[in-house]
Amino acid sequence: MQDVSVLIGGKAGDGINSAGALVAQLLNHIGYSVYMYFDYPSLIRGGHNFAIIRGSEQNIGTCWNTLDFVLALNNETLERHRDKCRPETAIIFNADMVKSAGQGSAGQGIPVNAILTGEHAPAIMGNSAIIGGFAKAAGIEWDVVVAVINAHIPKGVDLNLKVAKKAYDQLETVRPLSRVQNPPRPLLTGNEAIGLGMVKGGLDAYVSYPMTPSSSLLHFLAEHQEKFGITVVHPENEIAVILMALGFAYAGKRSAVGTSGGGFCLMTEGLSLAGMAELPLVLLVSQRTGPSTGLPTYTAQSDLQFIRYAGQGEYPRLVVAPGDAQESLYWSEIAMNMAWKFQIPAFILTDKTLSEGTYSSSPADIPELLREESPAWQGTAPYLRYADAPSGISLLAFPGMKDAVIKVNGYMHDEAGITTEDAALTIQMTNKRLRKWEGLAEEMGRYPGVNVSGNPDASTALLCWGSTKGVCNEIASRLGLKVIQPIVLLPFPAIQVKKAMGGVKRVIAIEENATGQLAILAAQHGIVVDDRILWYDGRPISPEDLLEKVQGVVV
Amino acid sequence: MTGRQLITDAQNTWCPGCGNFSIQHTLKNVLSEMENEGKSLDDVVLVSGIGCHAKIADYLNINTFYSIHGRTIPVATGIKLGNPNLTVICCTGDGDSYAEGLDHLIFAAKRNIDITVIVHNNRVYGLTTGQYTPTSPLGFKGKSTPSGTAEYPVNPIELMLASGATYVARGYSKKMDLLKKLVMEGISHKGFSFIDVLQICATFFPAADYYNPRVYELSDHDRTNFESACSKAREWDYNSDARIALGTFFTRSLPTFDEKTGRHEERVTDKKQSLRDVFLQKT
Repeated sequence: MQDVSVLIGGKAGDGINSAGALVAQLLNHIGYSVYMYFDYPSLIRGGHNFAIIRGSEQNIGTCWNTLDFVLALNNETLERHRDKCRPETAIIFNADMVKSAGQGSAGQGIPVNAILTGEHAPAIMGNSAIIGGFAKAAGIEWDVVVAVINAHIPKGVDLNLKVAKKAYDQLETVRPLSRVQNPPRPLLTGNEAIGLGMVKGGLDAYVSYPMTPSSSLLHFLAEHQEKFGITVVHPENEIAVILMALGFAYAGKRSAVGTSGGGFCLMTEGLSLAGMAELPLVLLVSQRTGPSTGLPTYTAQSDLQFIRYAGQGEYPRLVVAPGDAQESLYWSEIAMNMAWKFQIPAFILTDKTLSEGTYSSSPADIPELLREESPAWQGTAPYLRYADAPSGISLLAFPGMKDAVIKVNGYMHDEAGITTEDAALTIQMTNKRLRKWEGLAEEMGRYPGVNVSGNPDASTALLCWGSTKGVCNEIASRLGLKVIQPIVLLPFPAIQVKKAMGGVKRVIAIEENATGQLAILAAQHGIVVDDRILWYDGRPISPEDLLEKVQGVVV
Repeated sequence: MTGRQLITDAQNTWCPGCGNFSIQHTLKNVLSEMENEGKSLDDVVLVSGIGCHAKIADYLNINTFYSIHGRTIPVATGIKLGNPNLTVICCTGDGDSYAEGLDHLIFAAKRNIDITVIVHNNRVYGLTTGQYTPTSPLGFKGKSTPSGTAEYPVNPIELMLASGATYVARGYSKKMDLLKKLVMEGISHKGFSFIDVLQICATFFPAADYYNPRVYELSDHDRTNFESACSKAREWDYNSDARIALGTFFTRSLPTFDEKTGRHEERVTDKKQSLRDVFLQKT
């Protein structure tokens, strides 16, 4: 099976992420499924940035610690990643910055400055030389380079191509990659996929305050706001973010917010208001290593229990945790629909690995979903914003509608939305809100909320969630295990998970946190987890590490 | 709905003599007048915060969003951006907008979002039974400061001028005709309108005897002159003994945030095509 891993590294400010994206596109254009992991410290200039781009014949979501190519923009790249190199690893380096590939290593240097000078090209085009050099070393046809640069470097195409061609002509093909017979596919980061899914779900407004690793969704939607017909607002803080989003919802506009744990802390009073006022809202919470500021640019899965209970009082909510870009596209649209169907907050819970990782996607394979919403008020006054109903779902009306007096309220209120302290009404309205859990659970049962993959007859299953889907799938297939990955986390799909457990005698939870938060949730639903493999160094667990840990448990 | 009954059946729980009655009555008159001028009250939204003032959301029979402490303004901003055809009025308290949600007040002024903010400034926390607020005078003896506050009050008029508000006024709950005029002006003003209303708290800060001899209406004041607005704003610092100007300090015309913020929804006819374009761009 074709499988290739390429690392590109340099210092922050070298454009590693965009150069990595071009490598990913080269692999995409020769038919590979792609996954790219981008690793960077929390600073703007200097520091070490690297991206690992992996291409494979099958869909992937993880990177092995074994490299086929290293593209080194500086010496530090070679030093830091030496342990991932084998003798046959092809090293391509910027000869202005790196003297040699190192002892016993095959390497080819690219005289970047000389090429740029010769072509009268600006320094910013240096990475095109590296890309051209890589393409030649990997035996990728020149036509593919032309197609990729044309599509993905819209500015100065000709000059970039000249620079790339110089390097292409100077290098030798050392590790030729076979073409795979797939057409190129959209490469999406998790956050881009979430944005596109939200737009598919009818997003009208996105409100967000920058916070890694959620910010790239703000940037993506701001860049495309005209194309998508949406309003994008970046207010003074996360408190304003969520309250503005609730204002949009009250006005009848589908809104979403995005943040990470620290920003979400500030949103909890607004979340609780959404719960009491029964206002629809979609929230992206992209986890990073905590507590507090933690590791701002590194990953974690340690906010599930926080999201589960965030905000004072008791009210229903939806939490979905997609495992890759494809699932992000699909489930973000569902989250938007469910928020509006049930008038509840709906969370899309991701992490740095997924939000900022790049994946091959297949948008055409996603089932068409109908727009869903609460039933609309038909105009018979008086309008009762919180009219009780067996489903707990009241008819919706929006300001501007004739004769509707729409009163939403964060106090305990009666059906009209007027404040009350009445004991019986308090019970009635609390029950009204909480009854939505039942309908929501039933509704979610109609979607594929639990992924089951790997060996269906295995007696050992890996239980995972979110971005560890990719690594768990690979290790399970190598060891003949089953993988159970609930995407819907609240309401917890206990019946579907238990069904997936059929024939399973041993359950191993794989989580990127220190306490096993999914295992805790599962246990509360009578699902016994036998072992926990917990990983919390801020990096996604590698296939090698997971393999070793699982073997340690299973043997 | 025309000729609607503007007061709900909700039981009113303000103390006798509370300045909120005057503000509510003023708003009721303003709404009636708007309706008489042909404005549909279906297109009006009132947002309140938390505190005695906020009960006005229960009492007025119009669209209301009874929000949480300090957060009226971001809610109102979202509503206005969501539907710019709506007239959005914030009733907020001094605890709300000068303490808990001061950031939102400053940013709303800075953005020039087209909403009207009426601050029920009674200079004391009433609902929590008598603690100092950001506009209580130095030495105010409240339940949390039994020996008197050790900090000077903020001057919200000056603060709003510094923050870029395009309509800045001060009213007084015992001068209802003027208050009505200011609220009407604030609503008509295209942009961020700020009205600080000196409001009597009958129970915890009955300051009528202080205000009555000191208040006067601004006249011969050029409300388009920022420098003279600042100088009038500084005449009384909410602390020292001085004449207290009422009326409009400043107004200017600037493009509003809701006009400038992209409202792209009407312009996009084929969202599916836009999605296909982006997928292609990423391929």
